[in-house]
Amino acid sequence: MEAFLPKPYIILHVINIGERLLKQAYNGLINYMQIMDEFGSLDISLFPKDVTDSKILDMYRWMSFARALDAKALSLQRQGRAVTYAPILGQEATQIGSALAMGDKDFFVPNFRQHGVFLVRGLSLEAFFIYWRGYEEGSTVGKGVNAVPYIVPVATQLPHATGIAFALKYKNTGGTVVTYVGDGGTSEGNFYEAMNFAGVMKAPVVFIIENNGWAISMPREKQTATTTLAQKAIAAGIPAIQVDGNDVIAVYKATKDAIANSTNGPFVIECLTYRMGMHTTADDPQKYRDEAAVAAWKDKDPILRVRTYLTKKNLWSDKQEAAMAEEQLKQIDDAIEKAEAFKPDPKSMFENLYSFMPDILKEEMDAAEAAGYWQGEVKSNEADEK
Amino acid sequence: MMTNMVGALNNALDLILAENKNAIILGEDIGKDGGVFRVTDGLYEKYGELRVMDTPLSEAGIMGVSIGMALGGMLPIPEIQFAGFMYLAFDQLINHAARYRSRSRSTKSVPMIVRTPVSGGVRTLEHHSDSPEEYYSHVGGLIVVEPSNPYDAKGLLIKAAHMNDPVVFLEPTKLYRLFKQEVPEDMYEVPIGKANIVKPGDDLTIVTWGTMVPVVKNAVEKKGTNAEIIDLRTINPLDESTIIQSVKKTGRAMIVHEAQLSFGAGAEIAARIADKAIFELQAPVTRVASASLPYPFPGYEQFYIPNEVKVSQAIDKIMSV
Repeated sequence: MEAFLPKPYIILHVINIGERLLKQAYNGLINYMQIMDEFGSLDISLFPKDVTDSKILDMYRWMSFARALDAKALSLQRQGRAVTYAPILGQEATQIGSALAMGDKDFFVPNFRQHGVFLVRGLSLEAFFIYWRGYEEGSTVGKGVNAVPYIVPVATQLPHATGIAFALKYKNTGGTVVTYVGDGGTSEGNFYEAMNFAGVMKAPVVFIIENNGWAISMPREKQTATTTLAQKAIAAGIPAIQVDGNDVIAVYKATKDAIANSTNGPFVIECLTYRMGMHTTADDPQKYRDEAAVAAWKDKDPILRVRTYLTKKNLWSDKQEAAMAEEQLKQIDDAIEKAEAFKPDPKSMFENLYSFMPDILKEEMDAAEAAGYWQGEVKSNEADEK
Repeated sequence: MMTNMVGALNNALDLILAENKNAIILGEDIGKDGGVFRVTDGLYEKYGELRVMDTPLSEAGIMGVSIGMALGGMLPIPEIQFAGFMYLAFDQLINHAARYRSRSRSTKSVPMIVRTPVSGGVRTLEHHSDSPEEYYSHVGGLIVVEPSNPYDAKGLLIKAAHMNDPVVFLEPTKLYRLFKQEVPEDMYEVPIGKANIVKPGDDLTIVTWGTMVPVVKNAVEKKGTNAEIIDLRTINPLDESTIIQSVKKTGRAMIVHEAQLSFGAGAEIAARIADKAIFELQAPVTRVASASLPYPFPGYEQFYIPNEVKVSQAIDKIMSV
């Protein structure tokens, strides 16, 4: 039997004995923060001073709005009126809490799932639905919204966040960049490279790890052997914290504190949340995960606990709920109507490649237009149906 | 001033930094060390560590962070130490530098100049001699420039700094110090997207760029061929009209480049000639390029790179038809 033991086993054993004699080179620590638990009870010792009941109502309204928007987008996709869609169901606290912590000068760098953040930061709902119909015109991010459009390749947006943060610091304009990555994204090289640069440059950037437990079909525990994702920041010399990502107040406080301290450099926040739905409309989670595990997270719902709190304090009624839902749905439906009236212009593909129009590109554009094959539209969700 | 390409580039960078306070240079060992080819020598001392910034050893990081700087309203000029290491940053260039403008319908842009040494002939180690112009030209959205002399190097770099687009600026290591040329000390631009007719001629059009420009010139001079030599200078967007006009005049076309033959920029140019000038051709279009295999170790490079003999034989062949 002993012959089959791998050699490193023996070497490790020796190191373990010797370790007691060695000085400690580094000892990392990651703290965890929860302020409102799943029963709507508050930890007063951590409760941020600037969070009034009216602010909690605000958080509740925004989270409800994000959930309604998400449900509508999902439904449009199922009707063939939107392309492959990535839902946020269950992750509203992580997105709304962090978005509400940002100030006017702060800059937002998303991946492809921050619909709640965009909603709070002022992306027009019309643009949102044009994007999910599959047009770049919905990806323009209006004036006054300090953000870049959705970025699809996982973690590749993070170095941009670091670079934008450097530019804010270099130009001395003030402001902090807040960027997002999923649990799977922390396995990418770009995640580490962006943090490493930010650490060296002391760039004002907050990296939010939106740990929803799943990277499509890959569970968090198979993604990486590390105990927390936040501790990956330690390797880049960046302070980090883990928070209950379904606790909107904890996410708000962590983000607010990180932004306030960003003149000293970057910060990493791991938000523990859960992807209640599919990765995108192109996959069926029942194929790869046990629904019993999902059910356990239903009790930890980010919106439910705030509703419990507000009801206990007599701050919210069923009547108010119904009025809010109706008003939000109207805004959403109006935006869909406008977005569905959008007509694409194929020439815009050619006209927005460079700051000028190269002759060879113009020739292709003119030839295509003259040939007259730019006709009609296909069903938006064709890819998912295949 | 009489200077080589290194001096011309250094002078251009100096003028760009002086003109635009939001322009910064960043890369590995470009500060105190002045870059491995000394292109940034003296700029760290003049502009300080914030504007001539040594970065972590992280090509994807350098590229991604530079894109972010550009989105933040700066003009980043990243240097990637060798083109063979730029593949680590390929994703950032292809997926983001090339696409930000179109994905945002011109509400975002990435003004950036990515400088990197390319091509071989100076007996460097593996991965230090690649000619990657096609990769970056194929995607669309990136401007790809490659000068062959000090004058063009300076003018093209300054032009790139005045554009609002991502420019991949390829610098042939072989030509860095090969010869000196009179270069004006003041700021001037050489147009991007416009080829240069190095030598007019009537019997044969040779389209070339980078390291192959002096090789072609020497071969043509020794043979006394009445060839028109076109130095492309910008690979993408291609100056098709200069090429087609010349081929229609001469009736013969040859493309000479150091990058591998197969699927190279030469194929693109040959296809365009076939499309627009085939009835004016008196001979099949010829391509002269390196073998269709990755750049070898330095001991083998003289058997790999097209030399004057190879170009000369190709001229004999095309002129005999």
